[in-house]
Amino acid sequence: MSKNININVHHLTRVEGHGNIAVNINDGTIEKCEWQVPEAPRFFEAMVRGRRYDDIQTIVSRICGICSISHSLVATKAVEDALGLEVTEQADMVRHLMHYSEQLQSHVLHVGYLVAPDLFGEKSVVPLVPKATEAVLKIVKCHRVANQMSALLAGRITHPITLTPGGMTRVPTEEELKNLKAALEDCVPDLVDVCKVVLSVAGNLPNFQRETEYVSLKQTNPLYKGTLSEYSFYHGDITSTDVNGDGDMPVNKWESVANEYVVPQSTAKWCKWHRDSYFAGAISRYKNQSQFLSPLAKAVEKMFGLTTAAVNPFMNNVAQLVEAAHVVEASLELIDKLLTKGIKQETVKVTPKAGRGYAAIEAPRGILFHAYEFDKNGECTWGNCCIPTNQNHANIQKDFEKLVPQFMGEGEDALRQKMEMLVRAYDPCISCSTHMLNVEFVK
Amino acid sequence: MSKPRVAIFDFACCEGCQLQIVNLEEEILNLIDVVDVVEWREAMSEQSHEYDIAIIEGSITREEDAKRLEVIRSRAKILIALGACATMGGVNKMKNNFDLDEVRQCVYGKDGQMPHLNTEKTRACDEVVTVDFKIHGCPINGAEFAQIIRSLLVGKAPFVPDYPVCVECKAKENICRYEYNEICLGPIIRAGCDAPCPSAGWRCFGCRGMVDNPNVEAAQEVMDKYGLTVEDLKQKMVLFNTK
Repeated sequence: MSKNININVHHLTRVEGHGNIAVNINDGTIEKCEWQVPEAPRFFEAMVRGRRYDDIQTIVSRICGICSISHSLVATKAVEDALGLEVTEQADMVRHLMHYSEQLQSHVLHVGYLVAPDLFGEKSVVPLVPKATEAVLKIVKCHRVANQMSALLAGRITHPITLTPGGMTRVPTEEELKNLKAALEDCVPDLVDVCKVVLSVAGNLPNFQRETEYVSLKQTNPLYKGTLSEYSFYHGDITSTDVNGDGDMPVNKWESVANEYVVPQSTAKWCKWHRDSYFAGAISRYKNQSQFLSPLAKAVEKMFGLTTAAVNPFMNNVAQLVEAAHVVEASLELIDKLLTKGIKQETVKVTPKAGRGYAAIEAPRGILFHAYEFDKNGECTWGNCCIPTNQNHANIQKDFEKLVPQFMGEGEDALRQKMEMLVRAYDPCISCSTHMLNVEFVK
Repeated sequence: MSKPRVAIFDFACCEGCQLQIVNLEEEILNLIDVVDVVEWREAMSEQSHEYDIAIIEGSITREEDAKRLEVIRSRAKILIALGACATMGGVNKMKNNFDLDEVRQCVYGKDGQMPHLNTEKTRACDEVVTVDFKIHGCPINGAEFAQIIRSLLVGKAPFVPDYPVCVECKAKENICRYEYNEICLGPIIRAGCDAPCPSAGWRCFGCRGMVDNPNVEAAQEVMDKYGLTVEDLKQKMVLFNTK
């Protein structure tokens, strides 16, 4: 067993954005164990000032290329809250579909392209092409269907162009929805096969347990009661495993959930609610809402033996597969509902007014908060965004502190790989650098 | 002949343009057949200092990033700027409209003066190093990316339109955004995107930058027709075209 370990991962690969891992173990003593973020800050909250209420979602969409739909949707919701705008049921359902397309796309991309190589012992998806051709082609197919769905509902795959405060600028035709339904139905067996392939190598997910607080949305909108969309990505209050329904927080109080704070021995702003850190992501949504999962999602849950008692952060990847199955069935249900009601062309009329608005939404990688304030002309005077990866930093660090002593006996390479896999398990989106500071942990 | 070695690097941006490469799906497998991707941090773990073509995503906002870009330039035979952040600074340049100390204060409060939060005026790649080709858009158009890379591989000059978005918008039979009392940047912005924004009910935001020689007279005519001024048009240039 090696007594000296020196890990210095500069710009961790197969994650979105730039993160570093630094570990020093000297003669069996851990001297340093750090998760660092050197991403260049981009100052979105400062840049939105002076821009009109209907340009906000276009600007902040660029916080993140992978979850641009979530950023656009949550910004639009926050603007609507500030301006007191209501959207129609049809617009709300079309937005749900758009949002589901991003969950499917992002989860398939993450598990299929970024995590699977670790489980197969490869450095990227490229060597998997000859090794597991059929599986890769199925991953590609599911990813393509999700992207086609985004293109239809958001106007293109990345950076939506169909959203406007108060409604939609374009809604799909009934013909387009029927085609989408057929494509999603066709994709179901492939998605199940992808799950089976991941299951065949799921034994390579490290056995590591650390219980924490799990934060997510919880549905409160009556429109979705008793439907598959009761498992919420879009509406509702903020809840956690520590709250259990008693003490849920309305979204306009999200600043009291995130509680961004500076650690005495660090320059990093972290988030905490009831403990020193919390987990935002698929596993949190799953733990708080699993009773609302679709039949196919429940089958995937059973296939992997996932339960709400899971406290292994690596199971976040499995929860993503469960959710991928869920959003396909939830989308099919919504498409049927839209087709039954018939698609109507709706116009949006907005009169600007002064006010502050808050919104929360579930991005694929966890709960996402935005808030904006406008003057009487509808010009933005203030903005605040708190992104899921930011909320997860403290939790990643806490996991590192437990994981390193547990696995350091396996040697430097094995430990480095487990730490890299742990960060990937959180599906971090580091470019969402709105609030990010350079994390320096001083032991 | 050995395959050209390609490396992809990212700076300050949302990484959405890289995602458009991933989104080529099966097409990317064909591209991998003809080039050797030696570094692509977002998708693979391998790293390399030896490459023929460097593809740069993102804008430059810190001196340390400018230095990193200079090193990449010195190693690459061909350097390609990928997407609006790299070709013209993108939305990140909106920051340049403000006092930078005030911007840091606004986002980070009293911590804003910490040295690691240093930020400088946002620069496009060609404000730091020589750029050989630009792939425009926010995000880029995946099909255009594939076309440009294929052209470079066979030694052909890639086709990049130098006519305005209006040409493609008209071909799609969209009703002109000016008819909705909106100010659209279509008349002066480079085509090649197939006008997705006007087709989805929005104005052109200008993410591909201006055509090389904008037809100022024609734009003026449009402004006159709808009782607008060139100043109104310039106001709308702020999202992507801040200098």
